[in-house]
Amino acid sequence: MGDFDFAVIWKSREILWSGMLLSLKLFGIALAGGIFFGTLLALARLSSWRILSWPATGFVNLIRSIPFIMAIVWFYFLTPMVVGKITGQQGEAVGPFTSAIVAFIMVESAYYSEIIRAGIQSIPRGQPWAAYALGMTYWQAMGQVVLPQAFRNMVPIMLTQAIILFQDTSLVYVVGLKDFLGAASKQGQITGRIVELYVFVAIVFFLICFFASWAVKRLQAKYSISR
Amino acid sequence: MDWGIFLQKAPSGGLTYLDWLVSGTAWTLLVSIFAWVIAFTLGSVIGVVRTTPTRIPRAIATAYVEIFRNIPLLVQMFLWYFVMPEVVPKAWGDWLKTELPNLVELPFAPQFSAWEFTAAVLCLGLYTASRVAEQVRAGIQSLPRGQTNAGLAMGFTLPQVYRHVLLPMAYRLIVPPMTSEFLTIFKNSSTALTIGVLELTAQSRQISEYTFKTFEAFTAATMIYIVITLTVIGLMRLLENRLAVPGFISKAASH
Repeated sequence: MGDFDFAVIWKSREILWSGMLLSLKLFGIALAGGIFFGTLLALARLSSWRILSWPATGFVNLIRSIPFIMAIVWFYFLTPMVVGKITGQQGEAVGPFTSAIVAFIMVESAYYSEIIRAGIQSIPRGQPWAAYALGMTYWQAMGQVVLPQAFRNMVPIMLTQAIILFQDTSLVYVVGLKDFLGAASKQGQITGRIVELYVFVAIVFFLICFFASWAVKRLQAKYSISR
Repeated sequence: MDWGIFLQKAPSGGLTYLDWLVSGTAWTLLVSIFAWVIAFTLGSVIGVVRTTPTRIPRAIATAYVEIFRNIPLLVQMFLWYFVMPEVVPKAWGDWLKTELPNLVELPFAPQFSAWEFTAAVLCLGLYTASRVAEQVRAGIQSLPRGQTNAGLAMGFTLPQVYRHVLLPMAYRLIVPPMTSEFLTIFKNSSTALTIGVLELTAQSRQISEYTFKTFEAFTAATMIYIVITLTVIGLMRLLENRLAVPGFISKAASH
C-alpha cells in the first residue's frame, strides 16, 4: 500500500465541481431531448405510414447495435460537418460540447423510443378508437388519452434509464470533454494523485446512483399498490 | 468517398488498413468472449445465491450487484487499470505494470499488452456479472413457487431442487435476455479503448487519424458491429428454438 493523500480532493474541489456541473448539464439536456425525440420516434415507428415507420425503425436499430462510444465519435464527426453545410461556416462552427449533446440526444432518443413504444403498446386499442369516435384528431387522441396513461406506466423504467444515462455521461471522456470523470482525470495527471481522484469519482457516482435507484424502487412499490 | 483506402499500406509493419480493421474486430471479439466467460459463471453463482434462503451469502451477493451496477463502466475500467496496481502490495503492482505487459508476445500483434487486455477483461466480466446475476435471479423467480415446494416434498435437498428442477427451466427461459447481455458486453468492449486496447472502435479512429477518411473508417467499423450483432441474434434464435420449453411462450423472463 502506498501513501495516499486525500486532501487533494478538497484542493481540487472547484475543478471537480465544474466537471460535475458539465455532467449534470449534459445529463439534463440529453434526458429532455431523449424523451422528446424518443416520443416522436416511437410515434413514427408505430405509424401506419411506412415512410415514417421504416426510417425510424432503421435509425433505432442502427443506434442500438453499435457501441455508445462509436455513436459519440460518429456524431462528434458529423455534427460540425452538417452544421457547417447548413450555415456555410467552416471549421470550428460548433464546439465539442454541442457535438456531444447532439450525440447523447440521438442515442438516448433511440433508447427512450423503445421504452415509450412499449408503453404506448401497453394501452388497450380501444382507447385511441374511443378517442377517435369522440371526434378527436390524432394528436388530441395521442396527447390527451394515450400518452398520459403510457407515460404513467413507464415512469419507473424511464427513471432507471435516466440513472443509466447519468452513468453514461462519463463516456464523453473519449472526446476529451472535462465532465466529472474528465476533470478528475486531468487533475490527477497534474497532481500525480490519480488513485485518490478516481476512487473519489467512483464513490460519488455510487452514492448518487445507489440512492437514486433506491428512490425509484420505493416509488415503484408505492405506485404498484395504488393500482 | 474513397473505399480503396482500406487496401492501402499503413505507415508501419507492412499491414493494410484492412488488416487494422480485422485485428480490431479480433480484439473486440476476444475481449468480449473472455469477459463473457467470467460474467456468465460469476453472474450465475451470484444470481442463484440471491434466490436462496441463506442470509449472509445473499447479503454479499446483493452488495456485489449494487456496487457494480451503480458505478459507471468507464470509471470501473480506470479503477482496474490505474488504481488496482497502486492499492495491492507494491511488488504485485510493479509486476502488473512492468512484467505482465510483456508476458505474452504475439508475433501478429506487436503492440499487445497482456496487462491492458487482462484489466479490460476483468472489468467487463465483473461488471456484466452483476447484470447477468439479475437476469438469472429474475429467471428463477419467474418460476412458480410450487416447483420448489414440489421438489422439496419429493425429498430433494435444496441444492438438488436447484440442480434438477429450477435451473434447467430458468436457463431455458432466460436465453433472450442473456443474448442481449452478450450483445451489451460486445458493445461495451469499446470502453477498453480508453486504457489502450486496440479494439474495433479504436482502430477505426486510428485509421481516420492517419488517413482523414473518417467517414469510410467509421462506416466500416459500424458495418462490422452490425454484422456481428445480427449473427449473434441469428445464432441465439436457433438455440432458443432448440431449447424452447413446450407450452411456454419463448419470450418469458425478459423485462
